[in-house]
Amino acid sequence: MARDTPAGDLRLANLTKTFGAFTAVDSLNLTIPQGSFFALLGASGCGKTTTLRMVAGLERPTSGQVLLGDRDIARLRPHKRPVNTVFQSYALFPHLDIFENVAFGPRRRGIRAVDEQVRQMLSLVQLDGYGRRRPAQLSGGQQQRVALARALINQPQVLLLDEPLGALDLKLRRQMQIELKRIQTEVGITFVHVTHDQEEAMTMADTVAVMNAGRIEQLGPPAEIYEFPATAFVANFLGQSNLIAGDVFGRSGSDLLVTAHGARFSVPAGRSRTDHGPVFVGVRPEKLHLADTAVQVPAGRQHLEGTVTDASYVGVSTQYLLRTGWGSELSVFVANSGAQQRFAVGDRAVAYWDPRHAFLLGRRADEEDRTIPVLDEPIGASS
Amino acid sequence: MSVRISRWLAEHWVLGVALLVLGYLFLPIGVVAGLSFNRPSSRLSYDFNEFTLDNWRNPCATSDMCDAVLRSVQIGFLATVVATVLGTLMAFALARHRFRGRSGLNVLIFLPMATPELVLGTSLLALFVSGGVPLGFWTIVIAHVMFCVSFVVVTVKARLSGMDGRLEEAAMDLYASEWQTFRRITLPLVLPGIVAAALLAFSLSFDDFIVTNFNSGTTVTFPMYVWGAAQRGIPPQVNVIGTAMFAVALLLVLATSLRGRRARRAAIAPAPRQVGGRP
Amino acid sequence: MSALAHAPTGSGQPASPPPAARSGRHRLLPYLLLLPGAAWLFLFFVVPLVQLAAASLYDPSGSLSTGYTLTWAVGNYPTALQAYWPQFGRSFLFAGIALVLALLMGYPLAYAIAQKAGRWKNLLLVCVIAPMFTSFLVRTLAWKTILSDNGWLVGLLRDVHLLGPDGRLLATPIAVVLGLTYNFLPFLVLPLYASLERLDHRLLEAASDLYASPLRTFRRVTLPLSMPGLIAGTLLFFIPATGDYINAELLGTPNEYMIGNVIDSAFLVRLDYPQGAALSFLLMSAILAVVFGYLRRAGTEEVL
Repeated sequence: MARDTPAGDLRLANLTKTFGAFTAVDSLNLTIPQGSFFALLGASGCGKTTTLRMVAGLERPTSGQVLLGDRDIARLRPHKRPVNTVFQSYALFPHLDIFENVAFGPRRRGIRAVDEQVRQMLSLVQLDGYGRRRPAQLSGGQQQRVALARALINQPQVLLLDEPLGALDLKLRRQMQIELKRIQTEVGITFVHVTHDQEEAMTMADTVAVMNAGRIEQLGPPAEIYEFPATAFVANFLGQSNLIAGDVFGRSGSDLLVTAHGARFSVPAGRSRTDHGPVFVGVRPEKLHLADTAVQVPAGRQHLEGTVTDASYVGVSTQYLLRTGWGSELSVFVANSGAQQRFAVGDRAVAYWDPRHAFLLGRRADEEDRTIPVLDEPIGASS
Repeated sequence: MSVRISRWLAEHWVLGVALLVLGYLFLPIGVVAGLSFNRPSSRLSYDFNEFTLDNWRNPCATSDMCDAVLRSVQIGFLATVVATVLGTLMAFALARHRFRGRSGLNVLIFLPMATPELVLGTSLLALFVSGGVPLGFWTIVIAHVMFCVSFVVVTVKARLSGMDGRLEEAAMDLYASEWQTFRRITLPLVLPGIVAAALLAFSLSFDDFIVTNFNSGTTVTFPMYVWGAAQRGIPPQVNVIGTAMFAVALLLVLATSLRGRRARRAAIAPAPRQVGGRP
Repeated sequence: MSALAHAPTGSGQPASPPPAARSGRHRLLPYLLLLPGAAWLFLFFVVPLVQLAAASLYDPSGSLSTGYTLTWAVGNYPTALQAYWPQFGRSFLFAGIALVLALLMGYPLAYAIAQKAGRWKNLLLVCVIAPMFTSFLVRTLAWKTILSDNGWLVGLLRDVHLLGPDGRLLATPIAVVLGLTYNFLPFLVLPLYASLERLDHRLLEAASDLYASPLRTFRRVTLPLSMPGLIAGTLLFFIPATGDYINAELLGTPNEYMIGNVIDSAFLVRLDYPQGAALSFLLMSAILAVVFGYLRRAGTEEVL
């Protein structure tokens, strides 16, 4: 309602939600610019859905504010908020046909002549002519689009999407990712998208916030987060990273010098989150190059020697595990461009990288290398 | 060869037993239907004598039987309405709200279903007699409501808790107030459960003999009539009523399941791409 | 039937959120919703039970016309039990035998419908319920016809010498037990079906894949997993069967009378309320004792 309030950014200020002794969302501060496609990315139970439900009004915040423009909507009932939601399981009304599902919002707001609007919306989501069907008669992807149309027809200031593609199969998901992005550009509404799928978040969102244990670990454009993660959690939640435990022992020009397992590395200070003490040297697997031990490592590159312990051919690339002298296994992704040499298990090889592709993260003194994904830790697309 | 036979038997004997048991369940129905076309040789004879349509043409030949049927319908209707309303309200409270004393209430709802009808009947009789309440039509209604309520609660509650709570959230999110959410979403979705509960309540009430027997005074319901007639000789029209009840109920059930199947079949049909459905 | 299985959700939230904490004005709502129904049950179920308990302790020398006085005549109980223990025992004996018969018939039936019927499942299920559409009394009277001395069944049994030349079925314990079995069989089958229907067929395949014989698969997998339905069904069968007196009245003779017949006549013929009440209470306590003993052995409280 109250469509005349000055539209504006969605701001969460010290937003907190506790269930008994459990803190689901821990004094969250966040600004989501108007018209942006924003993704809240996190593993199960990190508080992202609770955050979304507080914005929608389905959950009462324990404390804090939800500001839309400069209006605090945190205590408004859901039907008084200019916010709509696309639910995870779509929550289409099974007893109403598609037309009535989409017309539900406008009708509740007292709009009589909804036909034209509904037709336009169904057209926007490419479901012309489906108006008289029941939700159960549509496929998952079609239901998803109805849910989207049902929310968008209300022209909310903010559209919330709770794992909107979670129930679709991989191919359909890809297609819908592109579709959603197109629709968002077309309607220009702020989209807040909650997902545990890092690829989904990166494909669609302008800005991604990685959430963990009720707090935001890092926020920024997808490429920035991926290239220069702020924490070890982000480094391994968004994609995969080789994190080698070491200690800063000095500085040389604009580079920080690190010793790890007896070897020495350097990382540009601009790509370091700390400049002293225990650190992780991080390198993404695809930033590593693999070469025969006999080959001269190009100048200015840093390198590690090891034994290939696993080689998985996955089509676009071959993924190697390289056991270092101190026993850690590094992941190395080599693109199958045809030019590269293949390695077999047991081969000696050298992995090298451009120091500008590495990054330096703070580390607790007792933490060890984190290279291959650990089983009990959520990675990318696990649920 | 014999291996194959014994394998087939091993696979299918359960189905065979099941069909035999179903036959056992239907045997008396067949007898009732057959006797409804019988012209008995004497009042006390239950043997098939001669085919006739008279009983079906004149179901009310013994008028006190039709009065009893009518009275059972009236009682069943009243008891169903009251029990359905009371039970549905309780089911909503149990499924949708948190309150103190929930477990005690669950026991209160469960116990009437676990108590033998005989005890339900005698205890109500003890109450009515000690309170000087005259037995008759209304005491029967009160008794029937009492034993129907629990079944309504259980049936409606099952439907309510099987419902996706997100649907109501979605409605609120789409600008429906709480009342609108209830009217437009919750009620239509729970309605099949409420209807099922009402049908169950009606059939329990219509068919009840034991509780009614203790609390009817001189009022005669259909089961009471049958009971009385069993001593004097059953008029064949009783079998007409029995068969008709069976047929009506069966048709109702088959019609609803057929509708459900047609809806499911429509769901599989190919989508109208850009054609039809547009004015 | 209702396959409203919630797909496992990706996020850590519960599939269906608990009722949201409502604001103050809704705090009274549940009580208002509950009040009429709970009041009805209290007035017409709990209070009558108390009244029945009181009636069982009335002075047995009173009568309806002279009025009763509550003298805490505990002696009503042993007196009643002494006079009618055969009927009491018979009630449990007949209901017990009927239960065993019903299990032997009902389990295969429920299993076949749940696991073997395929697309006929719903139709067969309707067939289980359908006989109940006809009046209980009318069905029982039909059995009277079927079991009658000059009926085809008795004739057949005499021909194959399972019955002697003047053997009969009607007015024997067999007829009463058969009637009990018949009338309450659907109450056993339906809950059993519900829990067998949920049984994942792949579990049975997994069991036989792991070298279990059909019998072992049944004992180790099917039976334990159908336990909740089995318990609920047994109780739904046993409780009304024990308290029934229609079958004994219509298909038996006074020699087959169960405790229900005695209570019926105490209240409606002999008008001996204290004794009828005492017997009712004894019946209820005996059933509760059997039920709770059974539940404890079965080791579950999840009946309904």
